[in-house]
Formats: sequence, structure tokens, C-alpha cells
Amino acid sequence: MTDDVLIVEGLGKSHGPVTALADVDLRLAAGQRLALLGHNGAGKTTLIKLALGLIAPSAGRITVAGARPGSRAARAATAYLPEAVAFHASLTGREQLALFARLAGEPARAAGPLLERVGLAHAADRRIRTWSKGMRQRLGIAQAMLGRPRLALLDEPASGLDPVSRHDLYALIDEMAQEGTAVLIASHALTEVEARTDRIAILSGGRLVANDTLGGLRARAAMPIRLRLVARDGAAEEVQARLGGRRVNGASVEILCAPQEKMDTLGRIAALGPLVADLEVTPPGLEALYRHYSGEEKP
Amino acid sequence: MMGRIVAIAAAELRIARRNRWVLTATLIMVLFALALTFAGSAPTGSLGVDLLTVAVASMTTLSVYLAPLLALMVAFDALAGEADRGGLALLLSYPVSRGEILAGKGLAHLAVLAFAMAAGFGAAGGAAALAGGAGPESVAALLRLIASSVLLGAIFLALGYAVSALAASSAGAAAMAAGLWLVAVVLYDLGLLGAVVWSGDGAFTRHVFPWLLAANPADAFRLWNVGAAEAVALASGMQGAADALPRWAAPVSLVLWPFAALGLARLAFGRMEP
Repeated sequence: MTDDVLIVEGLGKSHGPVTALADVDLRLAAGQRLALLGHNGAGKTTLIKLALGLIAPSAGRITVAGARPGSRAARAATAYLPEAVAFHASLTGREQLALFARLAGEPARAAGPLLERVGLAHAADRRIRTWSKGMRQRLGIAQAMLGRPRLALLDEPASGLDPVSRHDLYALIDEMAQEGTAVLIASHALTEVEARTDRIAILSGGRLVANDTLGGLRARAAMPIRLRLVARDGAAEEVQARLGGRRVNGASVEILCAPQEKMDTLGRIAALGPLVADLEVTPPGLEALYRHYSGEEKP
Repeated sequence: MMGRIVAIAAAELRIARRNRWVLTATLIMVLFALALTFAGSAPTGSLGVDLLTVAVASMTTLSVYLAPLLALMVAFDALAGEADRGGLALLLSYPVSRGEILAGKGLAHLAVLAFAMAAGFGAAGGAAALAGGAGPESVAALLRLIASSVLLGAIFLALGYAVSALAASSAGAAAMAAGLWLVAVVLYDLGLLGAVVWSGDGAFTRHVFPWLLAANPADAFRLWNVGAAEAVALASGMQGAADALPRWAAPVSLVLWPFAALGLARLAFGRMEP
């Protein structure tokens, strides 16, 4: 595809004998949101620094908006939010953002509306020294929105944010994607990114072990779906006898079934009629998928 | 390009002002310059020169130590500190070159140093002139002292950036800067002194030593201020080495050093992986 903003081909990075990344292939199109998941040390930050051109790859190559990472064209097209973002504590939020605006080739007055957009207008003229961690993080997001970047690399953007701010953050990320920015979110907060991204890539030990939609990951993993039935009074034993599974706390029965057997199993449950009071179907969560792909738990 | 340099310089100036760096550096310069001027005013009568001349000689000795020290203190954290805090990677993700970052920081820091030196030497010089008289020659010596002190500061600012880029951390950069100061303004001279004593009136003392002196920016600074004004030289007793060199040697060394040091800093910064 020609509209791929980020193209990673056969990328490798090693520091002496230590391999940080090996043979990573990844593509990200305009307007797409990709969650890059992995443990601390799995290579997420290394991948981002390579895409920024801050460090040089040992193998393979990266193309950002058709340019070499670190070139002026690539940097002009890229926004970055570092994991532990630090600003000059003695500048005010408006001054700090105005500096970044001028470096990005925008007028300094672009800072005002942007601060309003991330909900910092009230603190804009106070020194950053007096700001909370969450406010600093929001300033980091504001600078990443400067100048309509084509690619946004966000390293743990939700760290330090309370649930409400996190919700606002994902709304801002959605807006960026709608405006055509390709967004890469590196995170280990698994549940946060579940509903908010188009694709999920999983890094483990420097290798890309998965890169698919959530549905695709589920199908490939073929992990069991968990069905939990609540039986009518005294019927739990009979339900277990007819369906299998295992008894949980008296009145409940839990059944694990493969994705392709799900409809059959549901049919058999429906046939039990009044014996079943309630039913809960849980597909494998991101947490379980993540463990599966990063090789921690082979089914 | 200029827009980005000016943006960085303006922000750095603001930071230096709010961190009370401007105030501290200026206070240090004013206090030391005033103290030395009046403590050193005793020999005026015996030498037959005005008080400002003697004051410039004392302040030259002061500046040799203080200008590199202040410059290194401002500069050592400029890159290592930002890298430590994670701000450097963010800054470098913008379309701004490393040269532009160095230029912006350098301009702001140099402005702080220049202000502190002009205020300090200016105040002390003014006070000396009022108390003990001044002539055209001693005023010229004062202006030369201020200008060459700013140059000396610029050299050690750039060397400080190089140290900041080479050191892995803020603490490492502080240690390296202290070491650099010690070598450049104390140990280098001690080494040369030892060599001169060993050589006696040999070829080393007559032909090599003056050039080695001019090669070190701190000594070149001293030679320039001493060699240019005979009266100052008389008061500081450094005429021998100044006479052995062509007049241009020390100024050229002092003018070339900032560029060499800046090149070194740019090279070190280029190798830095934030």
C-alpha cells in the first residue's frame, strides 16, 4: 500500500551481545490505530526510538512518511510522547508548548487553543513545577497534537492518568486518527487499549509475535470460550451431568469450549430449558491472548 | 533556522532568569570584582599607576579562575540533564538540528555570562576609577578585560557542552567539568612551571614554553590582557612570556578556541544517543 505512513522491514537492533529487536516487520496506514503491547524490556521503546531516528538500526530499515527516520521530513511528520515526559519546570505550560510550536514550524499562538483542547486552559500560565503528573501528561499529549502529524508515536500515554482523563485521552487519540494520523500506542495496560485500536501487535523478547485485529488474534489463538451457567435451585448436578464442565460454588457450572463449538454448546444449553437460570459468555480477554502470544501460557 | 535557534535561546534565557542563574552569576562577579579591586589597591602608590590599572590586573587573575568556572557550571547540565529527564529525546523528535539546539542554548548562556561579567567588572572598574582615577589606557584595558572574559566564557561553555554530551549522566558531567576546570586553570600551569624549572634557561623555556602557554585558553587570556597593556603587565609580573611571543599569538588562540570547542561539542552531541 502506498499510504502506509510507517513501514518497518526486517528491523533488528542489538547492543553488543544483547538483542533488543530482531526481524520486526510492521506497517501502519494513515488513520489507523495500532496498539504495541509487550513487557517492560520487550523492545517497544527501542522500536519507537528507531522510528524517531534517535538510534540507528543494526539490521533492516524503517520508512516514516516516505523518508528516513531522523531526517527533517520524517521528524516534521512525526509526533512523539515519551514514556516519562519531562518539561522545563520553570516554564509555564503556555511557554513550553509555544516553544514546541515554534520548533514544529507553527506560530507560538497555536499553544492556546491546544491547551484548551486538552483541558489545561486554567493552568496555562502557571509554572509546570506546580502541575500534577496527570496535567504534565496532558501537556505531553497536547505537544503531540501540534501541526497535524502524519504519525504519532505514543509511549505509555495513559500512565499517570485517572480514569476520567484516560477516557479523554482516548477520545483525543480517536480525533487524531479521524484526522488521518497513524497512531502507534505502546502500552502494557492491556485492557485500556482493547476497544480503542484497530490492530494489536505484540512484542516479546524483541520479536513481533502477533500483529492482527483483536478478532483475528482470538481466532488464531483458538483459546477456549468460557461459559458460566447458573442453575435453578438443586439442578446444578443434573446440568453438570448433561453438559460436562465443572461445578463452581454450588449453583454454577463452568464450561470451556473451542470457538467453533460455541454454537453447538449454546444449543445444548438452550435444550435444558428451565434448568438454567442465567448464562454468561466470556471470550478470551486481551490479557489471556497476550499471555498466549508472548509464550507464557501454552494451551 | 534562525527562528528555531531564537525560540530555544528565548526559552533558555527565561529558565536561567527564573532559576536565579542570572542573579547568582552577576552577584558572584560583582562581589569578587569589588573585593579584589579594593583589596588589591595597596600597591598603587609604589607602581605609579592609577587605581583602575591595578584593579584590571587583579580582576584578570580573578577572571582566569571565575570565567571558566561559571561557564562550566552553566553548561555541564545542558545536555546530560535533559537526557536524564527524558526531555532531550522529545526535543530531538522535532525538526530541529543538534547544531541549532547547541546554538540556541549557547546564545542564551553566553548572554547570561556576558551580563554577569559586564556588571561585575563594570561596577568594580567604575568604583576604582572614582576612587583612584583612570586614564584612557586603563579604560581600554577594562573593556579588553570584559571582552576577553566573555570569549574565555564562550570557550568553556562550549567545552562544558562537550563534557555534557560525553558524560553518561548529569552527575558524571559535573565530575568531568570539575576535572576539566582543574586541569585547564591549575594543573596545566603547574606542569608548565615544573618543566620550566627543569629546563632552566634552555630551549624549552625560551621557545616552547610561551607557545604552550598561548595554547591553553586560560593562559592565552592572561597573556593577552597582560601583553596588551604595559602597566597591567607591570602590576602582574607576566611580561617575560608575553615578550617572547608575537603580539597576535594570544588573541588568535582566544578567538580560535571557541570555534574549536564548539566543533568538539557538536561532534560529541552527534554521538549522543538520548
